[in-house]
Amino acid sequence: MNIIVCIKQVPNTTDVKIDSETGRLKREGVESIVNPFDEYAIEEAVRLKEKNPGSKVTVITMGPPQAESVLRDALSKGADEGVLVCDRAFGGADTLATAYALSMAIKHLGNFDVIFCGKQATDGDTAQVGPGIAEMLDIAHVAYVKKINNISDKSITVERLMEDGYDVIESSLPVLMTVVKEINIPRLPSLKGKINSKKAVIKTLTAVDIGADEKRIGLNGSPTQVKKVFTPTQKTVEGEKFVGEPDVVASAIVAKFQEIGIV
Amino acid sequence: MEYFLTEEEQMMIETARNVAIEKVKPIREHYDEKEEFPWEIVKEFAQADLCGVYIPEEYGGFGKGIMGLVLVVEELCKVDGAIALTLAATALGTLPILIAGNEAQKNKYLPDIASGKKLAAFGLTEAGAGSDATGMSTTAVKEGDYYILNGTKCFITNGGEAETYTIFAKTNPLRGARGISCFILEKGMKGFDFGKKEKKMGIKASSTRELIFDNCKVHKDQLLGKEGHGLMIVQATLDNSRPGVAAQALGIAAGALDEAVAYARKRVQFGQPIASFQGIQHMLADMATEVEAARALLYATARMIDSNVGKPEKEKKRTSKESAMAKLLCSETAMKVTTNAVQIFGGYGYSREYPVEKMMRDAKITTLYEGTSQIQKNEIALNLIKESAAKNK
Repeated sequence: MNIIVCIKQVPNTTDVKIDSETGRLKREGVESIVNPFDEYAIEEAVRLKEKNPGSKVTVITMGPPQAESVLRDALSKGADEGVLVCDRAFGGADTLATAYALSMAIKHLGNFDVIFCGKQATDGDTAQVGPGIAEMLDIAHVAYVKKINNISDKSITVERLMEDGYDVIESSLPVLMTVVKEINIPRLPSLKGKINSKKAVIKTLTAVDIGADEKRIGLNGSPTQVKKVFTPTQKTVEGEKFVGEPDVVASAIVAKFQEIGIV
Repeated sequence: MEYFLTEEEQMMIETARNVAIEKVKPIREHYDEKEEFPWEIVKEFAQADLCGVYIPEEYGGFGKGIMGLVLVVEELCKVDGAIALTLAATALGTLPILIAGNEAQKNKYLPDIASGKKLAAFGLTEAGAGSDATGMSTTAVKEGDYYILNGTKCFITNGGEAETYTIFAKTNPLRGARGISCFILEKGMKGFDFGKKEKKMGIKASSTRELIFDNCKVHKDQLLGKEGHGLMIVQATLDNSRPGVAAQALGIAAGALDEAVAYARKRVQFGQPIASFQGIQHMLADMATEVEAARALLYATARMIDSNVGKPEKEKKRTSKESAMAKLLCSETAMKVTTNAVQIFGGYGYSREYPVEKMMRDAKITTLYEGTSQIQKNEIALNLIKESAAKNK
């Protein structure tokens, strides 16, 4: 079974500074870590591999050369291969361009049965890239998976976390799943994993390698453009107070609702 | 201090630190309080590959020698000195196999110990034979292809929990020190049972039990080394294992020092943090200097032991003196530093709400087992006299 895990490098802090000029996160001088939700994706992929001998886990990330460190981190926890999708042309990508680039990289890698992503990244919090990749690969996806019940050569049964319980979903393979923290407890890196990850060669793929359309990557391929980042000023509006007998007040309120078009 | 550790040595420390902080720290009070054996953590040690760092690669370990063992035990003991003992006492029980085992014995027992699947224990001490091992009364009488063991061992760390036991017994009571032999026993053998579990002052998460042999039939293939060589195996084992106890002591001391510094910065009396008082500062300075000096001696000793690996027998350096020195200094330092940590915490230090009283209780054992501090001094002095006599022949 070929398993792919898409991970992201995020700043290890909750108080991220924002560049007032560009409106983007300031990543300089902040320690980077694997997006915490992706840790569950890595763990679930490694568990799936352990249950299906002969399987292989490939972790993939798009980012600057430094993003190699999160791939090595995943290797120390049991992943087999790391792939860094890295090119200046990818810079400034929004979730659409990122999903496109990753889907092209995954197509380039070829064979895959299952793709795991964390449910969202802790910096952008969009939760769009995982499902976006699945759409571009034209495969099924299930978001917010909290348990894999069963997997065979052709299909998979999973539990999807909902606000009021969970759905049991059966899907064909290949499938992309985004996972929630309820799915497992990620392991700590082992000594063997650490030693191997240090020695491992990380494969780097450029825009040309994956045959990406230059109009669909980086800033060019990003319809989301950050204009400005600001904290909205709080508006204070004078309210209107209705006082008196209940029936009088009630009709006054209804009249007001009609006046402003609510009812 | 810079000890020029290799990249892989640093990885061992990091791996151990992660497990200690993420897995051991949250449950250390529970195991101390309940006196239960921490199997859930043994599984974590195994998963992180920490159980076999000192075992050669051909038997499934990492081949990182006594230095590897020392670094891992120290790091784990900074957080808890009792739970790490599952691993350190296994090393003590395994060393006789590493030192005196034949290939068949090594292949049979070492891989499961290296992977953390099985724990080991070392059975030497008896009620009447502590510092004087030759006073033991457990016997092994040969009958055909078997030895029949009778007797009781006491204070055996990992007793009842380990699967593999290296046991010392008299095969020839008339020959004194040359009449002792070493055997590998397995849990579940007929005639091999477990007795009283000790209630202890510290290291409460560790199991300390009696081993009872009642006509226990052990095949001659389980004899380690030659008949009568048991005491030589004990000496060689202790030369290698005492740095492990020293590392346990050092870890506890280093952990207590960290706690004391952090508390002194935080605790306000007379309108200022107590760390601003010179009386406290000097105590912390002494503690830090003692810990660093102990670490330097221990690491140098571990490196010296590991430098013997692969050398012909004649060129190997004896390390009894250095091992004893490292254990003596580290364990006495642990006692001093943890006592002072409690002092800096004041009344809170005496309370089980804070971790330092446990560190002080756990530290005490390191001055006692694998030879008391006084026995270490005997060993050091004996070697000084031997060295001088050899020079002035």
